[in-house]
Amino acid sequence: MSMQTDDRYNTLEKSMKKLSYEKNALIEVLHSAQETFGYLGIDTLKYIAKRLKLPYSKVYGVATFYNYFRLKPKGRHNVVVCLGTACYIKGSDKILEKIEQRYGIKAGETTSDEALSILTARCFGSCSLAPVIVCDDVIKPKTTLESSTLEIEEMIK
Amino acid sequence: MIREKVRVKSFKINDICVTGQSNQTILEVARDNNIEIPTMCYLEGLSCVGSCRMCIVEIKGSHEPTPACTAKIKEGMEVTTSSPQIEAARKMILSMMFSERSHVCSTCVANGDCELQSKSVELELEHSEVPYLNQRFEIDASHKNFVNDPNRCILCTRCIRVCDEIEGAHALDLAGRGLNMRIVHDMDEPWAASQSCTSCGKCVYVCPTGALYEKDISEEEVIKKRGIITELIKNRSQR
Repeated sequence: MSMQTDDRYNTLEKSMKKLSYEKNALIEVLHSAQETFGYLGIDTLKYIAKRLKLPYSKVYGVATFYNYFRLKPKGRHNVVVCLGTACYIKGSDKILEKIEQRYGIKAGETTSDEALSILTARCFGSCSLAPVIVCDDVIKPKTTLESSTLEIEEMIK
Repeated sequence: MIREKVRVKSFKINDICVTGQSNQTILEVARDNNIEIPTMCYLEGLSCVGSCRMCIVEIKGSHEPTPACTAKIKEGMEVTTSSPQIEAARKMILSMMFSERSHVCSTCVANGDCELQSKSVELELEHSEVPYLNQRFEIDASHKNFVNDPNRCILCTRCIRVCDEIEGAHALDLAGRGLNMRIVHDMDEPWAASQSCTSCGKCVYVCPTGALYEKDISEEEVIKKRGIITELIKNRSQR
């Protein structure tokens, strides 16, 4: 799909116009681009850099500095493992390790078939349910090594 | 724009009375008066970022050390450029620079012409005070003339500043954060594929270490023309 016919670029263009193409509104623009595209691809970043008249390297630097920005597409499903204090003590690090081994990717990565992304979080505020994993925005309480993988299998089926 | 009037201010560095203009930094006034303050990321003519913290000094009344390259002078301030605490802090800062990546002089092309090396001789640092991390990075040797080896980079950002301020291309910038921070061209593309790089080589000349170097030359032939940039800026301002 070319940029002219892709509606998402129109949406992005509108949000840049709203910010009157200010160079210092870069982070704001990156936010709305990620909202529109789901992630920040290199083409999207280059487009933003050109429109805001900013150097490529600067835009890339800002996009890679903040953990919130994703440069790769998210999987169809995602699992978030809580590594907050309560969950960690209850063994969420082992759960994460098992999930990583099972799917052969590290936290923050997506499987090659784009089925699953593994993410980590610091705390969900559900410490009484520790250890917690979140499968596609659904909290799974008191998980074990076995139940966590079963839940994920169920989700990506 | 309302411009602040430039005034002459007098203060003390190491109990010596000095004067400077209010828009000058402590480092500039110290250099004017032949008072030595060690620096690393500072390069005359480029903007100051205070990223290396090598030029830290003590200011009476302040609890923490202040980088002299970014601190503007104030009337009546009392600056101390050297004390046991400051010396210890500088050694620790230098240790951290050495420990983060792989600074092995015997295998480095900049051996003998490296500011990190000469600074450790100057500060008498024999070994790192913190454990070595030896963070590994891929080397970018795609450019026909130059090589970028992030393993020898100390992130002083001189190359970024010279590319932005003097060459005007801004082909380089920092990407990532923390231990994974490194210098990238454009959107982390190979140097040869960079659209904005003009291959002028200024970044290579100002690099304090062997992170950016010319291809196909031996250690003996390495010439880092760091002064060339300062000359360039002086000549330009006279036009």
